[in-house]
Amino acid sequence: MAFLPLIKAVLFAAIGFAVGAGATTGLRNLLGMEPWSTEPVVTMGYVFALIGWLLGVGLWDAWAREWFGKQPKEPLHEGWARFLRFSTDHKVIGVQYLVTMVVIMLLAGALSLLMRVELAAPGQTIMGASDFNTTMSLHGIMMIAVAVATVMGGFANFFVPLMIGAEDVAFPRINAMSYWIVPPVAVLLLATPLMGGFDTGWTAYPPLSVLNASGQLLFLLAFLTFGVSSILGGLNFLATIIMLRAPGMSWGRLPIFVWSIFSAALISLTATQSVALGLLTVILDRVAGTSFYNAAEGGNALLYEHVFWFYSHPAVYIMILPAFGIALEMLTHFSRKPLFAYKWVVASLLTVVGLSYIVWAHHLFTSGMGDYLHLPFMVTTELISIPTGMVFLSGLGTIWQGRLWLKTPMLFALGFLMNFVIGGVTGIFLADVPTDINLQDTYFVVAHFHYTIMGGEIFAILGALYYWFPKMSGRSYNEALGVVHFWWLFLSYNVTFISMFWVGILGMPRRVADYPANMADANLFVTVASFVLGASFLVFAGNLLYSWIKGPVASANPWKARTLEWQTSSPPPLENFPSEPTVVGSPYGYGVAGSVHARLAPAGGSKEQDGQS
Amino acid sequence: MAFAARAPAPSHREERAHPHKSRLGINRLGLWLFLLSDSVFFGVLLSTRYYLQGVRTPEEVSQPLGLVLTSVLLLSSLTAYRAETSAVHGNQAGFRRNTLFTILLGALFIVGVGVEWALAFSHFPPDTGYGTVLFTTTGIHAFHVVTGLIALAVVFRLGKDGRYSKGNFWPAEGVVKYWHFVDVAWVFIYPTLYLVG
Ligand SMILES: [Cu+2]
Repeated sequence: MAFLPLIKAVLFAAIGFAVGAGATTGLRNLLGMEPWSTEPVVTMGYVFALIGWLLGVGLWDAWAREWFGKQPKEPLHEGWARFLRFSTDHKVIGVQYLVTMVVIMLLAGALSLLMRVELAAPGQTIMGASDFNTTMSLHGIMMIAVAVATVMGGFANFFVPLMIGAEDVAFPRINAMSYWIVPPVAVLLLATPLMGGFDTGWTAYPPLSVLNASGQLLFLLAFLTFGVSSILGGLNFLATIIMLRAPGMSWGRLPIFVWSIFSAALISLTATQSVALGLLTVILDRVAGTSFYNAAEGGNALLYEHVFWFYSHPAVYIMILPAFGIALEMLTHFSRKPLFAYKWVVASLLTVVGLSYIVWAHHLFTSGMGDYLHLPFMVTTELISIPTGMVFLSGLGTIWQGRLWLKTPMLFALGFLMNFVIGGVTGIFLADVPTDINLQDTYFVVAHFHYTIMGGEIFAILGALYYWFPKMSGRSYNEALGVVHFWWLFLSYNVTFISMFWVGILGMPRRVADYPANMADANLFVTVASFVLGASFLVFAGNLLYSWIKGPVASANPWKARTLEWQTSSPPPLENFPSEPTVVGSPYGYGVAGSVHARLAPAGGSKEQDGQS
Repeated sequence: MAFAARAPAPSHREERAHPHKSRLGINRLGLWLFLLSDSVFFGVLLSTRYYLQGVRTPEEVSQPLGLVLTSVLLLSSLTAYRAETSAVHGNQAGFRRNTLFTILLGALFIVGVGVEWALAFSHFPPDTGYGTVLFTTTGIHAFHVVTGLIALAVVFRLGKDGRYSKGNFWPAEGVVKYWHFVDVAWVFIYPTLYLVG
């Protein structure tokens, strides 16, 4: 039965919760404390429930049996039921991530529309301030998860092994575990309103996050769990890219998307540990009575801000570096030209990784940290515009005098370039201390951030969904609807978010449910525009959903691209390639005489695989 | 289908996926990456002590206990090393004996942490400034020790039927490397909590 692993997982999770909660009450009783205390009991119950969930869904069968000297069971590899269980196939895991994340993206998008309704007019319209705070906070953290895991979980899983000519990732079972950690995160977040919601935004600054309703605890546990998944994912991709490249796939021949995942994986492997500790300290203050953020006992809320942003600034590069990679892939394939300045792009990606660790305190310019820290963090932050500008120039150089093939993915890649310039340029005002002190915590920040992550990364993700849709589903999407989605979204997106710079400069504070009457017109305008934006996603969802089920069957290489994922069937077989490919040249030799990326030897003789230029 | 033509899988997909690439090399890299990641966690954890408490160490901290805890853990690294070497050389008895010693020393360390906590409760409970740092740091480290003990117990149990040999010793090696890492973490924690100031 298809749903059996899920039912088993829920059952094991329930048992786990009972064990954890029971043990905690028992232990508290033994130690002479009040046996029941909601937050400690829920915390320990959750930890055991998570273990139960993972064992139930397949960790026991596929892995833990080994620890007891038994033979592990091979997971199911055929039929649609494999998507509902602990599959170790990177392509199945990629699809699991993508479907989960697109659903969460649409949900979190709907939450943002609720916020816009509340903000359509001054005073209260549809919800109180507290519900607004929870809605805003949920929108934030859900979209952060989407921004991190759609590429690092979804596309990286499906395409990194294919693009480097491997059969799977280095640690398939850890990979499956990284995905199955995600559903409990979603459940926790959606359950926060049941325990009073949380009103800190996704940043969860103490002391508020120590003192507010218990919904905050669920948020903290969810974020911490998600961090574990992210660390394991980063580890897996690093090991995969280092160890499993096909013969001839030297570092200089690696597709730029793979390089971007490598860079982002370095960050998720290391920096994520910092936020994990930050979240843990807040949990301990709530649950175990420590005083990290209790100023009366020597605690200091600034500690959290440092530790949090030591992850969360690098985290925006976990989001945006793979978006650079995706956009450059599409730009080069659809311009039919080699990627411009490939080596400089690789150097830029790695430079961003290095710089990302030494810029975090630009989030603390108005926090009260020492003034002497303003200048160094301003300088390091602005240095980042050099490598990111380099990537942008590579995009321009690639399309320069190319024969642009304006299919939907290419439109999104060009839209990415446009939007990201606006996001980058407005970032300068926030990196500069004098302007930041005025703009901090206004809608200017909201607009800037959304220009980089939504206008930037999400545009790249949407382009990639269209670009790789034939490969993943084996079917073609409707091109006309794709183009309609792009223009609809691109125009409504820019109208919505350009206006937010305007309300920001007017002084409208972010994360607040109400505002002075003189900002009413501007806000109503933004609200109307945001609904036009939201409606464009109906075209997107309808097109991909229908095409997935009934679209025309796609060929192996509809874009005539040269990278390896297109040199196998759509969708690829379990082992990816009939036999291991041999890489002999650059993946981007479009129009270069005699250029070949790889040779594949299908059963029955060798054949040169050469994408047409 | 291409994959149907392949020989049926004798064992797990993970082992047959890349026949010509060294599984041992991949496992080693994976473990080192994990340790790199975890050391960032410990690094940030230790920095909280300096950020919140500076280099102030209360007089009541028991120096003899700190020394004993450190010695026990360092000794356990020695026995763990001997256990790994035995496994690599297929010396079953040596592997079992040294793994058992390591487990006992680790358990002794946990008991020591219990004593440390009991003493700390009377002088600086968890809701005080120094107590916050001490309980959190030793608690997180003890959690690592306990996971290491569980992993040691698993390889001890598996090693009982003599399965580790020259060609098959990764589980033993991996667990022992992790154990060394937990010991090294303590080498940084000990001066941070007991000696500075
Ligand atoms: Cu930042």
